[in-house]
Amino acid sequence: MSKSDYRNGQVNKKINTTKAILIAVSIIFILVMLVMPMIAVITYALQNGIEAYLKAVKDQYTIKALQLTVIATVSAVVINTIFGLFAAWTVTKFEFRGKQLLTTLIDIPFAISPVIAGLIFILTFGRIGWAYDFLQANDIKIVFAVPGIILATIFVTFPFVSREIIPVLNAQGKDEEEAAALMGANGFKIFTKITLPHIKWALLYGVVLCTARAMGEFGAVSVLSGHLRGKTNTLPLHVEILYNEFKLTDAFAVSSILVILAVIILIIRNIIEHKAKKAGEC
Amino acid sequence: MEKNKIKNKKKRGKRVIPGFGISIGTTLTLLSLIVLIPMASIVILSSGLSLHEFWQIVTVKEVIAAYKVSFSSAFIAALINCLFGIILAWVLVRYEFPGKRILDGLIELPFALPTAVAGIALTALYSDKGWIGSIFAKAGIKIAYTKLGIILAMVFIGIPFVVRAIQPVLEKLDGQYEEAAAMLGASGRRTFFKVIFPEIFPAMLTGFGLALARGIGEYGSVVFIAGNIPYETQIAPLLIMTKLEQFKYTDATAIALVMLIASFIILLLINIIQAYANKITSN
Repeated sequence: MSKSDYRNGQVNKKINTTKAILIAVSIIFILVMLVMPMIAVITYALQNGIEAYLKAVKDQYTIKALQLTVIATVSAVVINTIFGLFAAWTVTKFEFRGKQLLTTLIDIPFAISPVIAGLIFILTFGRIGWAYDFLQANDIKIVFAVPGIILATIFVTFPFVSREIIPVLNAQGKDEEEAAALMGANGFKIFTKITLPHIKWALLYGVVLCTARAMGEFGAVSVLSGHLRGKTNTLPLHVEILYNEFKLTDAFAVSSILVILAVIILIIRNIIEHKAKKAGEC
Repeated sequence: MEKNKIKNKKKRGKRVIPGFGISIGTTLTLLSLIVLIPMASIVILSSGLSLHEFWQIVTVKEVIAAYKVSFSSAFIAALINCLFGIILAWVLVRYEFPGKRILDGLIELPFALPTAVAGIALTALYSDKGWIGSIFAKAGIKIAYTKLGIILAMVFIGIPFVVRAIQPVLEKLDGQYEEAAAMLGASGRRTFFKVIFPEIFPAMLTGFGLALARGIGEYGSVVFIAGNIPYETQIAPLLIMTKLEQFKYTDATAIALVMLIASFIILLLINIIQAYANKITSN
């Protein structure tokens, strides 16, 4: 490093000790706080042998919970990607009054507790909600049913995609799009030919973050699910039920599915971040 | 008249890019359906509440105790996160060592790992019979099912916020100032506290605020390790959950409202600090 000029031996030694201590502290912290819990999940999941593990994983309620988790996650990713693209395009390509307010409102789901996120849907669609009579009349169930779970999942991950795209588009400016528009390209063409190539990594990154949060959402979904096994149970909720029934091995076995998914997401996330840095987006 | 014309032209001129109508239309529709309308329900319900009723609900002993547990634990956890966040960010930015990239990637784990899984894993590790908990149990320290456990879970959930807030600032920090400080004879510690720390302080505060807000609202990872003993280890989000299960919607809403206000104040403060810091750096 460039600082070597003025370092005499003593200072160098001192700096090296500090460096060693700090690296050691970091590694221990990450091992104890972040890695150990994952190892614990896998170990406890396998403590009664591989057969017990497979039985818990292949249990019909686990499969059903996995299906619901996939449905909720895909819904959240699709809706939030559509929203994210439109919102980012609106906020970065046009000038209008209330823009600051709009960006603040989009971030609301970030700021509130997942339990409160669940609560607002109960207050809207539940028995005391103002939409309850209408839903009742049309025989639509939202609270304690699948639509509620999907809605809550969309809500908690709502800003994830737009938040990743907006800074990239802000940095890019709007000259290219304006030029294309003046030359007569239509909106769709401008978006796919000019904007999309700029934001593709940021978009993917947002989708990955959205997926991670959506599949793991617990608090909001827990409020709205009513815990009906095989009907309104997502994987994290299923883990809770098993855990509270003291079926610890089963709970950890189901958790291990989520741990594996989390690790995969983490790896994809790092690859995308690396590629985006290379492409000069971030 | 003339002015108006120019203004109009200017306005139209600004929107060369097509698709404003459909973009803002879709954005506002989705935002309203998913966020604004449901959020309005909490306002509608609480507006039916008189100030006196509201006050009575949120000053019940059990509620006050839950707020105390949530806020104090989140505060302590955010402080701990600041300490380790600075160390981790420093190590990841300034040092080269094998396995650094893996370490860097792992920071984000609390975002990727479902909170319920983190909750039961931490509980298993730190209970009296767990791998780490048993070591502390010998020394007479209980972690799971005490406030220590709550703080621990909040440290877990909050650490990426602080590290990721500080990292970019450290990366941009010019080495010149440190060199100058060292040349002038400042010790390493002095250089850190007088030169580097003031630079990363706003970023650290941002991370602190985000970790604090997350800790206050966190449910999944905390609820398993907390033990949920009323007055001692019952967190506010769990109290909302309990009230909902008892169909006490008004109580739940009032308790939630206080938490909402608290997190909005925290976020507002973060924004003010950030704006202030930007002003200083741009000058």
